[in-house]
Amino acid sequence: MTAVRILADQDICCGSGVCAMRVPDVFDQDERTGIVVVLVPEPPPELHVAVRGAVTHCPSLALRIEGEPAP
Amino acid sequence: MTVTEPAAPLPTRRPSVFDPPEEFRELREKRPVSRLAFPGGGEGWLVTRADVVRRVLIDPRFSSRRQNVSPVREIPKDMRVSLPGLFIQMDPPEHTRYRRAITAQFTVKRMRDLRARIGEIVAGHLDRMAAGPEPADLVAAFARPIPLLVICEMLGVPEQTRAVFVRNTAVVGNRESTPDELRAAVEGNREGMRAVIRDKRDRPDDGFISALVHEDDARFTEEELISIGLLLLVNGNETTANMLAFGTYALLEHPDQRALLAADPGRWEPAVEELLRYLSVIQFGIVRVAAADVDLEGERIREGDPVVLGLPAANRDPAFYQDPDRLDVTRAELSHLAFGHGVHQCVGQHLARAELQIGLRALFERFKGLRLAVPSTAVRPRSDMSIYGVHELPVRWTG
Repeated sequence: MTAVRILADQDICCGSGVCAMRVPDVFDQDERTGIVVVLVPEPPPELHVAVRGAVTHCPSLALRIEGEPAP
Repeated sequence: MTVTEPAAPLPTRRPSVFDPPEEFRELREKRPVSRLAFPGGGEGWLVTRADVVRRVLIDPRFSSRRQNVSPVREIPKDMRVSLPGLFIQMDPPEHTRYRRAITAQFTVKRMRDLRARIGEIVAGHLDRMAAGPEPADLVAAFARPIPLLVICEMLGVPEQTRAVFVRNTAVVGNRESTPDELRAAVEGNREGMRAVIRDKRDRPDDGFISALVHEDDARFTEEELISIGLLLLVNGNETTANMLAFGTYALLEHPDQRALLAADPGRWEPAVEELLRYLSVIQFGIVRVAAADVDLEGERIREGDPVVLGLPAANRDPAFYQDPDRLDVTRAELSHLAFGHGVHQCVGQHLARAELQIGLRALFERFKGLRLAVPSTAVRPRSDMSIYGVHELPVRWTG
């Protein structure tokens, strides 16, 4: 199993919270700005499917997995 | 080679109360980007396939500026101006400044903390229904007041001014309203919000409008604050109110799905996502304008062309949903386009989810005998309104 590293672009994040809703163990939102906070940049394998879902459904394309093209 | 077909008006005739116009099926299959005729003579495009809708909504070449056109009514020229602070009609980076100012109010966490209060408000309305006469109109007794009360508490909009916003918003959302009615309603809403904002200057409270008014760096002008306040109040209201009533109606008309939820309350969360998809109340879609010439699915979109993203059509796309015309609360695919996509995706989506999950579950658990008090044919669909649903929903629950 290869490691998965999450990259989040806080400049283009629109604070939709879709990632924090889908995978609350991995993503959160800054209390003052609502912008994405990655709690676990290298999530364990059992969360990879959910993390990929969050990446795919991010409305502002602010999330990416290192070494993979943007969704 | 593509043969350009003549532009056609947006299909609006529904084959049944829950299903979008039949024409979408063929368009999605054969011409997912089709020529669209706008009322008053303009032309543009209609997108009906889910993957293309998603692609357009995240593509910066499709702008939210100057999108004050409607596929179902002619908007008077003098009303097509963009008002200060109306951030749904802006692009990044201009849009970002406004969006950033409000997102923190609607985070997943904050909405989780708000659930207890939403539960109290819902229970209070159910108590009042239970103590009142039958039949009752679920729209007036439940669906309309609950989201209104929740957002007004968040914003700090005082009770005595709420009726003004409800009245004006109904006029703005009605495609039959005349230009004069439209102008008066928009102005009425702006005056109402101006009064709320001025009141907060003298009497600060812990609501969000007061917080914006009293920011140290005073980021926004009064005109901007009016737009921000109205966007949150009106958009946080109409859509959820209609989803509550129309969602109830859908479950009453699909007893098998209702039974699944009664047997396993853990299904309410996915059920709400499925109702959002299936009912797609933003019935005429959302509009973008091409900021450059763009090739899309073999069609050449010209700079300045308005593009309508058909959310109800996209949410029934068989490429994403098996048996898409079926309401199925056990569906594995829970993503949908009911909240839009891209940087303008609904900022209040987690609030809407909380209200729908708590509201619908409490309603069906409290009133196990909930049923229509009139024949289905007597329930009037909101065919004339930009937010779809039902005008009234007369219900009974005892006996």
